[in-house]
Amino acid sequence: MPTNILMPALSPTMTEGNLAKWHKQEGDSVEPGDILAEIETDKATMEVEAVDEGTLGKILIPDGTESVKVNDIIGVIIADGEDATVIEVSAATTKTTPTPSDAPGSVAESKAIQPELPQAKPVVELDYTGATEHMTVREALRNAMAEEMRADDRVFLMGEEVAEYQGAYKVSQGLLDEFGDKRVIDTPITEHGFTGVGIGAAFLGLRPIVEFMTFNFAMQAMDQLINSAAKTNYMSGGQMGCPIVFRGPNGAAARVGAQHSQCFASWYAHIPGLKVVSPWSAADSKGLLKSAIRDPNPIIFLENELLYGGTFDVPTDPDWVVPIGKAKVVREGSDVTITAFSIMVGKALEAADVLAAEGIEAEVIDLRTIRPLDSETIVNSVQKTNRLVSVEEGWPFSGVGAEISATIMEKAFDWLDAPVHRVTAEDVPLPYAANLEALALPQAENIVSAAKVHQLP
Amino acid sequence: MATKRKPAASKASKTKKPAAKSRKVSGNGAGKSQSSPDELLSMYRDMLLIRRFEERAGQLYGMGLIGGFCHLYIGQEAVVVGMQASITEADALITSYRDHGHMLACGMDPKGVMAELTGRSGGYSRGKGGSMHMFSTEKNFFGGHGIVGAQVSIGTGLAFAQRYKDDGTITLAYFGDGASNQGQVHESFNMAALWNLPVIYVIENNRYGMGTSVERSSAAEDLSQLGAGRGIFGVQVDGMDVEAVKEAGEMAASKCRSGDGPVILEMMTYRYRGHSMSDPANYRSKEEVAQVREEQDPITNLQSRLIKQKLITEDDLKKIDKEIREIVSEAVEFAQTSPEPDPSELYTDVLVDA
Repeated sequence: MPTNILMPALSPTMTEGNLAKWHKQEGDSVEPGDILAEIETDKATMEVEAVDEGTLGKILIPDGTESVKVNDIIGVIIADGEDATVIEVSAATTKTTPTPSDAPGSVAESKAIQPELPQAKPVVELDYTGATEHMTVREALRNAMAEEMRADDRVFLMGEEVAEYQGAYKVSQGLLDEFGDKRVIDTPITEHGFTGVGIGAAFLGLRPIVEFMTFNFAMQAMDQLINSAAKTNYMSGGQMGCPIVFRGPNGAAARVGAQHSQCFASWYAHIPGLKVVSPWSAADSKGLLKSAIRDPNPIIFLENELLYGGTFDVPTDPDWVVPIGKAKVVREGSDVTITAFSIMVGKALEAADVLAAEGIEAEVIDLRTIRPLDSETIVNSVQKTNRLVSVEEGWPFSGVGAEISATIMEKAFDWLDAPVHRVTAEDVPLPYAANLEALALPQAENIVSAAKVHQLP
Repeated sequence: MATKRKPAASKASKTKKPAAKSRKVSGNGAGKSQSSPDELLSMYRDMLLIRRFEERAGQLYGMGLIGGFCHLYIGQEAVVVGMQASITEADALITSYRDHGHMLACGMDPKGVMAELTGRSGGYSRGKGGSMHMFSTEKNFFGGHGIVGAQVSIGTGLAFAQRYKDDGTITLAYFGDGASNQGQVHESFNMAALWNLPVIYVIENNRYGMGTSVERSSAAEDLSQLGAGRGIFGVQVDGMDVEAVKEAGEMAASKCRSGDGPVILEMMTYRYRGHSMSDPANYRSKEEVAQVREEQDPITNLQSRLIKQKLITEDDLKKIDKEIREIVSEAVEFAQTSPEPDPSELYTDVLVDA
C-alpha cells in the first residue's frame, strides 16, 4: 500500500510553504527517520522525515516549488515489491498518513479551522496615489519598525526572541542585522520587569517598542501597563508622557487552548490614557504602526498571528501613515452596517459576499482603532443602513460590541430600524478540540445570520 | 503596601535586629569624615528640612487639609540626604510612595510639594497626583509610585535609557524592605546585571513592611545580598549616619559610572511614625522607637558631631532651625492659599496631544 507524503505544517497557523530540496530521489530506499526533504517558510525551515520504510516511488512536487499548500501530497513511498504505477490511484485517494510535523495538533485537524488568508483588497488610503508593493502583514510590520528606526535613533525594539531568533513569529526578521544589539534587544522571559524597563526608558525620552510574544503574556505586566504607562502623565500634571508601543499577537491562534487564545481589545480600551489599535490589512498594519511609534502616548498595538502571512498592497512611501482613531469603510453597502476589527474584518467581508448573493448589501467598517473609537464613521453608516452588527473575537460581556451598541443608542437611536446585534466569541474559555474551537469563535455564517435578523423580506 | 492592607493585628516578634548593626562600606562616619564642613552643614540643613516638613505634613493631615494616604519619612532622613549628596543633579532618582523626603532632597520646591499634598493647583502635579504621585522632570525626579516595587523596574528602565544615551548619568532606585520581596524587583536585578546598567538599588530597610517585620517577611537575613546570585555587588550601610551613606553612595556611583553597575545598598534605617497616618504602629513597642530616637537619630547625632568638631555653634543651630521653620511655614501657607484645580483640569493630561 503506497503511503502519501504530505506537505507538513511547521506551526499551527501555517497554510503553505516552499519545498526547498529533496534529499532522496525517486527509486531511493528509505528507512523511518531518513530525511526526505526540506521545507521552508518565511519563518523557519524544517526537515521532513520518513515514517515508513520503502522506496520513494514518486516525487510529485519538485525541488524549489513555492507556495505548496499544507497537506498537499508531495511524494509517495511504495512498499518493497510494489510498482510505482500504482501511484496515480494512490494519489487520487485522500486516505493518507499524515507526515510528522513539529506542530502541536495534527495537520488535518488544524486545517479545519484555518481561516482563508486575506487576499489583496483596495485598502490603501484614498489619498495615496504613489507606488505600492505586495507584501505580507508580517513584512509590513517589520518595514514600519525599520523605517521608524532609521528615522529616529530613540526608537528601539525589545522583547523575547526579537533579536537573535529573529522574532518568535519572525516579525522582527533582519532588524538585528541592520540595527545591532543596542537597538534590538532580547529580554529574559520576564514580562513584568521588562515592561517596567520599557516604561522607564520612555519616561527618560526614548521611544521603545516592546514586543510581547503574545498579548496573553502581557497579563503578567498588567500593573505596569495600566498603573504606570497609562496613568503617569495624568498623575504628573502632564510632565511625564510615556511614548511607547506595546505590540504583539492578540486573540485566538489555532488550537493553542484557553490560556493562549483571547482578545484583549476591550480590556485595554477600558483604560483612559491608552490608545488601542488593531489593524487587519498589511497597509494599515504598516501605516498604523508608524503612527503608533511617532505618537507621544502609550499605544497597545494588537496584531493577529493568523493574519501575519496574509498579503496586501502596501504603499512604499516611508512618509505614508494611517492616522490613529480613524475607521475605514472597506466595503460599501446600503442595507446593514457591519463593524469589525483585526481578523474579523476578513470574516465580515466573507459574510458580506454571502449576503450580497441573497440581495442584502452590507457596509463593512474596519474599526482599525478601538480607542479612541471613530464613532462618527459608524454613525454615518448607520444613518444610511439603519442597521448595525458588531463583530469581534472577544467575549460579549463588556466587550467592544457592548460599547459600540451603547454609543449608537446614544448618538443614532432614531436612525435604527432594528436592535444592534453583537457577534462575539462564545462566553467560555476557548476549548482545544477543533470542533469546539470553531463553535466558540465567530464565523462568517454567524455574521450572516445576525445581519439577516430584522431585515425586511 | 500603601493602599491595600490593614495594620497587622498581632504583635511583632520580639527578636528584632538593631537598626544599624551593620557593616559600613569603608571608613567611619563618626570619626574621619571625608565631607567638608560646608557639605556637612548642607546635609544637616537638608535633613532638618525634611524632618520639619514632615512634622507639619502630619499636622495638616490631622487638620483634614491633606487627604488619602500620607507616608512620612521621619527617621530615615539620612538615607536620601546622604545619597543625593553623593551624586550629581544630572542623575535620576525614583522611589515609592514615601517620597516627600526624596523630593526635598533633590531640590524640589517645598511649596509645590506641600501644595500637592493639599491637592491644590500650585502642587507639582497641579493637584492631580497627591502625596504618592509627584514628579519633577526638571530635577530628574521620576516619582512617586504607589504600587510597591513598580518603581524598581521603571528605575531600571531609566538606567537603560542612560546607558542607551551613554551620557554618564546614573539612576538611584529607592525601595523598602517590603518591596524587596516583589517579583519584578528580582526581574529588574537580573536585567540590570545582565546589561550592566548604571543603577544603584537603595533598599531603605526600616525594619517593617507596613506592620510586618523583615524577620517575618524575608527569608534573607542580609538584603544587600539579594543580587549576589546574579553577581550584583551589595553592602549594608548604617542608614542613620548621613556620612556613611554618602560614602557608600560615592563608592556605588563610581562603580556604576565606570560600567560596574548595578549596585545594591541596604540602608539600615528606621521610621519613627507609622507606615501611613492611619497606622497606630501596634506591631512594635514604644520603647523600641524611643531607643532608636535616643541613640541613633541621624539629625541629633550629626548635630553633636558638628558641635564637637566646632564646625557650628549653638547660635548657628538656632538660626538654621529658624530658617527651616520659616521655609516650611511658607510652604504651609502656600499650600492652604493656592486654589483648588480648575474643574476643566479634570480632562487635561489624560493623553499628550499627538
